This record gives sequence, structure tokens and C-alpha cells, in this order.
Amino acid sequence: MTAFDDTVMLHAQGLAKHFVLHNQGGVKIDVFDNVEFTARQGECVILAGPSGSGKSTLLRSLYANYKPQAGSIFVRHGASWVDLCSAQPYQILEIRRDTLGYVSQFLRVIPRVATLDLVTEPLIGQGLTEGAARERAATILTRLRIPEALWSLPPATFSGGEQQRVNIAMTFVQDYPILLLDEPTASLDTENCQTVIDLINEAKARGAAVIGIFHDADVRGAVGTRFYDVAETRQAA
Amino acid sequence: MTVDPVFQRPSPLLQVRGITHRYGHHIGCRDVGFDLYPGEVLGIVGESGSGKTTLLKCISGQMEPSEGSVEYQTRDAGLIDLFRMSEARRRLLMRTDWGIVYQNPRDGLRMRVSAGANVGERLMAIGDRHYGHIRSEAVDWLERVEMDIGRIDDMPHTFSGGMQQRLQIARNLVTKPRLVFMDEPTSGLDVSVQARLLDLIRGLVRTLGIACVIVTHDLGVVRLLSHRLMVMKGGSVVESGLTDQVLDDPQHPYTQLLVSSILPV
Repeated sequence: MTAFDDTVMLHAQGLAKHFVLHNQGGVKIDVFDNVEFTARQGECVILAGPSGSGKSTLLRSLYANYKPQAGSIFVRHGASWVDLCSAQPYQILEIRRDTLGYVSQFLRVIPRVATLDLVTEPLIGQGLTEGAARERAATILTRLRIPEALWSLPPATFSGGEQQRVNIAMTFVQDYPILLLDEPTASLDTENCQTVIDLINEAKARGAAVIGIFHDADVRGAVGTRFYDVAETRQAA
Repeated sequence: MTVDPVFQRPSPLLQVRGITHRYGHHIGCRDVGFDLYPGEVLGIVGESGSGKTTLLKCISGQMEPSEGSVEYQTRDAGLIDLFRMSEARRRLLMRTDWGIVYQNPRDGLRMRVSAGANVGERLMAIGDRHYGHIRSEAVDWLERVEMDIGRIDDMPHTFSGGMQQRLQIARNLVTKPRLVFMDEPTSGLDVSVQARLLDLIRGLVRTLGIACVIVTHDLGVVRLLSHRLMVMKGGSVVESGLTDQVLDDPQHPYTQLLVSSILPV
């Protein structure tokens, strides 16, 4: 049905993004233009480029959190292909539920919701029983060294590293076919950093396509398959 | 290359087309249309006077718009225009299949009957006559909205604002509606009470799969609760889309102003 072979999970083409700041005199900020790349099963594409080159903007666009001005992002969703740039909101929500996992740089805290429930919720949304979902949530929280005593508490008061690990658990509790990771190891100690590296490599081994931003050279070396330089697209623009 | 998403989607619960409402020469809202699907939460934001409450009143059958149609997917007869059905049918719909949570609980509660009776009344309206059953349902719902059961026989006017709002929600949800309209459900409450109420609404909407239209000026509320967002200004919808996309990458000058005006904590 498509021109993509069976290993392609995500393909972006002709992607352009700029911001117009209407309340600051209509300043236009060009971020990238004509981005084209492919992410395949079992690989980890590292978005490279200096700070401010638009790596996070690209990653957010791939999650449909930002709205590109031109281009397409084709995502393999189950047996079909969907262009995120023209999909309806409900389709994007379904794709995020089943196909696209995203770990942001910072945890967006939901007041009053306990850590265990935060990690369990997406699984229940997928139709797992509460018992099975809790078991999986407990496994990933344990693996990321969140002490059991904290599970019943909302993560608002946790340390930066603990919050980031809850954030990672919320995504890695599911086996997403595509993972978008924005500096998941930034505030982690060596031990936890290694756990996240293992999780990423396990995801690749089961066939997930990973697209990520990593600043740490050791992490890049441990997970990366190849680089995509975002800055180059701007010089072309 | 062809793209053929195979998304299975039920028919919309509510189809709103070309809603315009005028107050004399003044335009309340202008040419608003959208579809709402089962289980979907739609947020409508905008400043005071943007037309969001006018729109809510029109689509919830409280006020007939000057132009446009509001069609609801009835359980037995498919899509029916709200303002073409009989008054009796519309009233029955509003008491059973729908809920309306008002900004001011006094508009949604009977202040001179007990908390339990406020909840039980909606059940009696749909024909429940068994006192024991009504009482136990009322107790169950008061517990679900985290009310003290010891106060089931107290009058709502003796309750705090947050308790009144929770009672209003229990009263609305007891008939298991498919669609709930909320007009600024959390404004006027202090922040800790707001957080508790939002958490409650979020949980109920998720577990019961209720479709919901929430009008608010609080962007935090829609970020937490709504799937989709419409931004209104001067009676018109200026931007709409996925909630986090509209809030994190606003395109319209007014949405940008709205988002950048939030005071960081």
C-alpha cells in the first residue's frame, strides 16, 4: 500500500517549523526547514546539533505537540499509516495511546494523583485489568528505584531525579512501537542512567524505533545507531 | 503514497452547526460549529464576554440560538435537533441523559431540600420510586464525590462552596448521563478545593466515559481535563485543536496572548 518497507516506523518529509510571535511585533523565528528523515525498527536516531538548533522543537513536532507549518510526518499506527500533520485530534490521541511514547524533559505534575496511579493509568486505558496494570507499574517503578514508600504519594514533592524517573516509568511501562525521548537521562545518577540505557536497548531489541536527544556522550555511545543533524537543515533554509 | 487510517469511531453524540446568537444588535456568539463524540472532553476558553457562556447555553438547550442547529444522538431515534423536539422530550433529555453543572451551585441545587434529596430527586424524575434504592444510590454518589455521609440530611446552604459543587456533580451524575455541560465548575473555589474537585471530575469522566463540554477561563483546568480545545474571542472561535498543541504552540495572536498571560507559580 505504501512506498515504505516493513521496517520503517516513522518518516518525516518536507517538515518546516517557524514561530511567529504576534505579541512581540510579529517577530518570525525560523527553526527548521525541509527536514527529512526515517526511523526504522530497532534503531535509535539521535537528534544532534548545538543548543537552540531546534532538536526539542523537532521532537515535539513528531509528537504533534507542536504544529509544523509544512510537511508530513507519517507514522505506522497498527496496520495503517497516518500523517500526524493532517490527523484529527482524536486520531492523534489514539496514536499517542498506542503507538507514540514521549518522555519530556520535565514531569508535568497532576495534583493529587499518586505515583502508582500515574503509571497505571495508561495501561488501564489500553484495556488491562487493574491488577495486571498495577503489577507492571510496580515492576517498572522498582526497576527505576522509586522506593515503594513513595508510590502512594503524588510526585509533586519528589526530587528532580525522582520526578524524571516517574516520567520515564510512565512511558516505559508500555511497549510503544515508537519512542521519542527528550534528554531522559539529564538529571539521573550513574546507576539510574544505566537502567534507562538498558530500557532503551531492550526497546530497540523488541523492534521499537527510538528518536532521542541525548547530551551525554556515554549515553549516545550506548544507545545510538546514527545521528540526524537538525542544524544543517537551518543552514539550508 | 496513499494514507488510509482505519480509525473506528462511533457517530457523534452532539452535532453543532452554525450557531449564532444575537442579543438585539449585539452578537453573543457567531457561526460556531463542532462535533462531540462519546467520551470526549471539549474545553472552551476565552475571556469574559467572549461568548463562551452564550454558546454553552445554546448547545445545552437552555436558550434557543438565533441561527444554527444543535443535534443530539438520542438513544432511540438517532440525531434529533434540540429545538425541533417537543418541550417534554427536551426536558426529559436534560434530566436523564444530560447533566449541567453550573458555576454557581445555587443555580443547580435545590437549597431547601437535603443533600440526599437533591441527589434522589433526579432518580425520581426518571421513575424510581423505591425509597431504599434511592437512598442507597444517594449514599453511593455522595461517597464517590467524597462527601461526609453524616451530612446527607443537611441542607445545601449549610455546606461550603466546594461541598456544594461536589453535591451538584453527584446530583448530575446519579442518572448516568452521557453528556455533561460544565460552566466554570471550579471558579470561586480556593485552590486546594479546586485541585480536589478537578481530580474528582477527571476521575469520573475517565471511568464513566462521559462526554463533556467545559467552559472556563482557567487554562490549567482545560489542560488537565480536556482532549480538545476551542478558543473564543468576540463571539467567534479563533483557534481550535488538540489541547496541548493549542496551549504549547498557539497560532492565533489572541491565543498567544492568553497563554503568555498566565502567571508562573
